[in-house]
Amino acid sequence: MAKKEYAFYPGCSSQKGASASNYLTSVESMCKTLDVKLTEIPDWNCCGASIGYAEAGELPRHVMNARNFALSEQHLPGQEIVATCAACWLGARETRERLSHSDRLMADTREALKEAGLTINEMPEVRHMVEVLIEDLGFDEMKKHVVRPLEGVKIAGYVGCQTNRPFGVAGESFENPMYLDKMVEMVGAESIPEYDMKVTCCGGALAFSEPQKAQAQIKDIVESAYDHGAEMIVTPCPLCQANVEIYQGQINKTYGTKFNIPVMYYSQLMVVAYGGSAKDAALNGQVIKARRLEEIAAKPVKG
Amino acid sequence: MSANTAVAEKYRNNFLKEIEEQVEMGDWVKMCMQCGVCSGSCPTNFQSAWEHPPQELFMMIRAGKREEVLTTTSMWNCTSCYNCIVRCPRKLPITHIMHGIAEYAHRIGKAPKMQPTRFFSGLFWKNCTHTGRVNELKLSMGLYFKDGLGAGIKEGMKMKDVALGLMKAKRLNPFEILGGHKCKDQKGIQAMLAKAYEIERARKAAKMEG
Repeated sequence: MAKKEYAFYPGCSSQKGASASNYLTSVESMCKTLDVKLTEIPDWNCCGASIGYAEAGELPRHVMNARNFALSEQHLPGQEIVATCAACWLGARETRERLSHSDRLMADTREALKEAGLTINEMPEVRHMVEVLIEDLGFDEMKKHVVRPLEGVKIAGYVGCQTNRPFGVAGESFENPMYLDKMVEMVGAESIPEYDMKVTCCGGALAFSEPQKAQAQIKDIVESAYDHGAEMIVTPCPLCQANVEIYQGQINKTYGTKFNIPVMYYSQLMVVAYGGSAKDAALNGQVIKARRLEEIAAKPVKG
Repeated sequence: MSANTAVAEKYRNNFLKEIEEQVEMGDWVKMCMQCGVCSGSCPTNFQSAWEHPPQELFMMIRAGKREEVLTTTSMWNCTSCYNCIVRCPRKLPITHIMHGIAEYAHRIGKAPKMQPTRFFSGLFWKNCTHTGRVNELKLSMGLYFKDGLGAGIKEGMKMKDVALGLMKAKRLNPFEILGGHKCKDQKGIQAMLAKAYEIERARKAAKMEG
């Protein structure tokens, strides 16, 4: 039996051929090593994300998340829901809070869910994967599996917004969270706790709709990583990852910079440090190749 | 009577009451003490300046500046970073109030039609609720082609290298245009959402009468 079991909410961007499919691949490898069993919530739907607000309204938005709660309760009773995406986690968690605090909203939600033949009896816990790692397993347990430390690699921990605000990880500050730096140290790499753009917004959905505004922010985030001597950036959020990685070429054209820094998920670092191959860590999913990690992943495992 | 005329007539000179009753989290507006921390914490206000940053919008609502508030592009600049929420000394859910005012302006037809994030926001919601899951390819194409075919091809060309990079990394699938990922119970999702809109509309209407 697995050490820990959760109802898994992978989210749209994690699906095959989607923008964060490399995140999911690496999470699956990571969980295999850590003996964490993730069971996908059958027929889960989109959380609506923050950017749907123009037409989502209040109740329809919460009903979308509540459908996932109901499916989880029906098929995976008693299991906590775990999301890997910051927006999925935030959306679901917000719905959980709102429904728990409003009998009217809860009653309206139940009425709407009935149309899909579903119901909610218990409000599930909604966790982010990094919470599971830090709180349920702990740094010692995570470190135990490191067989190929990422020695000498300097990594800027970019936490971003939605894994950090408004909920965040318990015990961390909104202004200067440290958990990602600790995870970087845990895999044997060198962290940059003073990286001053670690909670700066990447522009979120504005990277699509008003790219010049988002790219001005992304420029600051990347520039500061270089200024601190980082070789790569690591993040827990799919949109942060994509925004900070894929527009570097356009930013170079606009600002005359020469950015070309890889942007990784924490799970990819962990898989390589746990002895996994480049394929296990989905390093082929990087638009800006992480050569240094590819080299390490090709080395034999210590001892 | 248009949606806008109906509410404007009902609330007449009390725009604050209109916001409180019709906007999600609108009843928090009166709690703002005008310290300005939200405006100083907003990344897009910092980069390019909102026409009216949040604390200014709150005062304008109280001053009854209905037309200016509902037609501004300001709240559509919100990136949902939640910095204003965690820093507000009075704990106003500012991000949600911004989304709420934007949604209301859009609902009654006052929001600026050509504002690109307003367009994208509606597009995203339609995209994800259509099959229950986001179709990333259709979402991007829908945005680029919003001003017609010619402009769309131009926008697409600008993003060509970004798209090619993603395709090579297998993170953008051109075949999503044929359908892509979806939920099985789409019928249930549509019925559930229709009911949710019906209930929400009835609740807002009841406030108009009450």
